[in-house]
Amino acid sequence: MSRERAQDYLLPALALLAFLLGWEALVRIKDIQPVILPAPSRIFATLVADWGTLFGSLLVTLSITLEALAAATIGGVLMALAFTQSRIAERVFFPFAVILQVTPVVSIAPLLLVYLTSGQAVLVCSFLVAFFPILANTSLGLSSVDHNLLDLFQLYRASRWRQLLWLRVPAALPYFLGGLRIGGGLALIGAIVAEIAAGSAGKGAGLAFRIVESGYRLNIPRMFAALFLIAMTGIAIYVALSALSTLLLRRWHDSARKRET
Amino acid sequence: MIASDAKAGAPPVTAAPSPARLVRLEGVGKTFPNGVVALSGVDLDIRRGEFLSLLGPSGCGKSTILRLLSGLASSTDGYINWSEADPELGFVFQEPTLMPWASVFDNVWLPLRLKGVPKSAARGAIKESLDKVGLAGFEGAYPRELSGGMKMRVSIARALVTRPAILLMDEPFAALDEITRTKLNDDLVALKCELGATVVFVTHSVYESVYLSDRIVVMAPRPGRVVAEIKVPTPLPRDEDFRLGAVYAEACRSTSQALRQAMGGGAEESH
Repeated sequence: MSRERAQDYLLPALALLAFLLGWEALVRIKDIQPVILPAPSRIFATLVADWGTLFGSLLVTLSITLEALAAATIGGVLMALAFTQSRIAERVFFPFAVILQVTPVVSIAPLLLVYLTSGQAVLVCSFLVAFFPILANTSLGLSSVDHNLLDLFQLYRASRWRQLLWLRVPAALPYFLGGLRIGGGLALIGAIVAEIAAGSAGKGAGLAFRIVESGYRLNIPRMFAALFLIAMTGIAIYVALSALSTLLLRRWHDSARKRET
Repeated sequence: MIASDAKAGAPPVTAAPSPARLVRLEGVGKTFPNGVVALSGVDLDIRRGEFLSLLGPSGCGKSTILRLLSGLASSTDGYINWSEADPELGFVFQEPTLMPWASVFDNVWLPLRLKGVPKSAARGAIKESLDKVGLAGFEGAYPRELSGGMKMRVSIARALVTRPAILLMDEPFAALDEITRTKLNDDLVALKCELGATVVFVTHSVYESVYLSDRIVVMAPRPGRVVAEIKVPTPLPRDEDFRLGAVYAEACRSTSQALRQAMGGGAEESH
């Protein structure tokens, strides 16, 4: 068990370290200029030196992502609940959800800028990409209930409301959590892509703007530093949502249980 | 609904001293919207306190009878007359059908919870029900942590927790191994005798039906109908001696024969 755990964490950590060392060595041996490819040590130094600017942008991107994810979660779940309760609602609204999903968010951003401030436009784009996976997964979960359990609830004359609350909602939980994990990753992607498309700048600028800006100024180390922060944000969101999923499902769902060996 | 006794035509079984009738099926038929006739012209009396098995090959409508009795489906022909209004039902499915996210306690609580009984008031009944199926101390376990046989016991405990007048069981032990099945058969008979409940048990095993039942109704498919009725005279509970005795052998033989005829003299042998 402990040996297995060590392997679980140690191996990827070692691989990552080897990669960074190789990178560092390559840059030093070949004497590559930072403007072409900065060494990891240089990127780290830039991260520390520019922390004030970068951290401010990180907070902007993070808050947009989380707000969009929260809105997508509430919206997606509510719409999924509406779909299970009424076929008419599903027929009426599902096409809209699909249209919004299949239209690339980059192409909507300029249009949104006509009506909204750039900050709002980024938020809406991020929301749109995170919304659909949560809606689709939760809908699937709410309708994937064991038919015998539905029979059982009918046998004991459960009201529709109780059937929803005590049967469909818990049955949908693993599906919802899967959708949330996808949505969490997409919300960040949406926030970054939309910001690049919307071209917001100044005080409200997020990490995407920092990347574009660094590109114009040929400040490649800062570009990497901003990229690093985006990657870390994505990992943090994924880890947090996975932990939430494991916590909620650990007692009963196969996905969160260790297989007997 | 109170059934009227003044009815022309011979009722299917009329033994004078037999116990009171719980429910009567008269000319019951079920045709699905796609035109498949699941059941046709079934006349059947179910008496209080008896253990009745419905035996037959797949597609003979035995499960359909349970669904009609439970109200999960409605018949398209005939009448189902209960001798008491709104009888309490218990249903055990072929699979344990437990909620995987809920503990054993909460699973057994469900029928009472749906009747509005709070947890504290239900505690006694739940404990008693779990004791009866031999699962005392497993209240906090989750279904995933239990074996197939134990899950089925939880399912039975859940069906018993409302003290049903009639327990409907749809091939409950079909998916279990022989050893677990034998044990559960014995425990079910003991439980039935203790509670004095009426049991309607669907199976496709001749031996299981003979060992468990006071009466076996043999059914045939296409369309689903009753073709024979066999009584097993030895009273419940029965033991290993019964399994080795002449009554058992004779009942198995006549039941097998009836089943073979039900399948049109087919070669398929039930296990």
